[in-house]
Amino acid sequence: MRSKYALRFIALAYLALLLGIPVVLVFVNAFQDGIGAAWDAVTTPEAQHAFWLTFVMVAVAVPLNTIFGVVAALVIVRQRFRGRALLNAAIDLPFAVSPVVVGLSLLLVYGTRDGWVGNWFAEQGIRIIFSTPGMILATMFVSLPFVVRETIPVLREIGTEQEQAAATLGAGPFQTFFRITLPAIRWGVAYGVVLTTARALGEFGAVSIVSGKLQGQTETATLHVEAEFRRFNETGAYATSVVLCVLALVTLLAMNLIKPKEART
Amino acid sequence: MVSRAVPIPGAALSRGLAIGYLSIVALIPLAAVVSKSFENGIDSFWNAVTSPQAVASLKLTLGASLVVVLINVLFGTLIAWVLVRDEFPGKSVVNSLIDLPFALPTIVAGLTLLAFYGPDSPVGINVAFTRTAVVMALLFVTLPFVVRAVQPVLLELDREMEQAAESLGASRLTVFRRIILPNLTPAILAGAGLAFARAVGEFGSLVLITGNIPFKTQAASVFIFSMVESDNPIAASAVSVVLLVIALVVLLVFGYFSKRALRHEE
Repeated sequence: MRSKYALRFIALAYLALLLGIPVVLVFVNAFQDGIGAAWDAVTTPEAQHAFWLTFVMVAVAVPLNTIFGVVAALVIVRQRFRGRALLNAAIDLPFAVSPVVVGLSLLLVYGTRDGWVGNWFAEQGIRIIFSTPGMILATMFVSLPFVVRETIPVLREIGTEQEQAAATLGAGPFQTFFRITLPAIRWGVAYGVVLTTARALGEFGAVSIVSGKLQGQTETATLHVEAEFRRFNETGAYATSVVLCVLALVTLLAMNLIKPKEART
Repeated sequence: MVSRAVPIPGAALSRGLAIGYLSIVALIPLAAVVSKSFENGIDSFWNAVTSPQAVASLKLTLGASLVVVLINVLFGTLIAWVLVRDEFPGKSVVNSLIDLPFALPTIVAGLTLLAFYGPDSPVGINVAFTRTAVVMALLFVTLPFVVRAVQPVLLELDREMEQAAESLGASRLTVFRRIILPNLTPAILAGAGLAFARAVGEFGSLVLITGNIPFKTQAASVFIFSMVESDNPIAASAVSVVLLVIALVVLLVFGYFSKRALRHEE
């Protein structure tokens, strides 16, 4: 019996030292000069703009990746074609790519000097690198696989019997999708959306490379944390981190609320 | 099972959309990296990859990732064990918090570690700008992989086998070694593979705490970043290709083990 307590102690001590205490300390450091100072730090114009930009990243990348995710999952589960296994494997690629490489890859396509199509876009007056479109592309890249990965197993699970029944009763393909398929896979999709959102909120490396880090222009919340830290504004860095920590905790809560519902379907 | 009886709305169109989107967002940009790395021929690729600073950064990344995976195998399995087989107040909260490193932005992860293990550490432990910091940052971001891979297998594991072994006189250690561990191995390896692939590419958590000192604490991802910043896209691309190949090989091997783990569950 003593070994049971020893194992529990070692496991919890490891978690506390690596995760628990350091995270708590971020909160302590953020409020070391009082709640007012922390509030001021996250409501400066730069900070507000950074949060707004992060919101824009999420608001564009997450819906696009969700639509792609559901369509791609349907294609992979319900269609048979040459290269299906390859498509399935290729969707996981963003998991294997370092965020820095993601940023570099976008520079090499959309950059005005090194990029394949950067000059063409520049001639049309469209700026992609060091601007919001490039940062959105980076966010889309890194958060691409989640909805597909969470939707595929649910879609396999539900089978096609109900859809066939609907079709027999005269429902069109879109009616069948929106009234039968989508309600059946909704918790799987929702779980994927939560993971996509968390990844989009937190992306740093890829966005860092394509943003040019122009304060008040291309600085997202995560980039703002780094910038504040480098400016020796610790309260700013920690307070912004606290906001991101709280969002992460909300994500965990959403994951825990959705997971049992997903398991039941 | 696939059924051809159901007409799929615009099968070709949806397939084209999925492949087109994936190509524009991910595949074409990655092709650009590979193409750039070989732009001046294989010799310049090789020179870029074998420059002393690149080699040092790749060695650090691979070495640190290996250490991190070994620690994860040990502690990840232990944590999964405690979360499945032990009961204590607050267990469900601890269980939910395991995923925090997935939800937390990596730059915040780095700042978090710096707060406790940096120059202003309240307990006087300062590992900032050392290789220990690299290992700790990678441990933080890869924590959930092995735990989450082992947990479901452990939950499903049939206790009767263990009880049978115990009633036949096997010690607890023997039961663990001969019965539990062999059943967990595929899951442990699958989690280890994911953790390794993640560690090899990690960037955000390293930025603040490691100081990015060339030849000392500069990981491969940070080296790529500095090459981009100093306008050397060929060197950046060449090392990127090396990282990509490593991650893909590891994930392929992982895929093999996770399939075995799934077969085991069935």
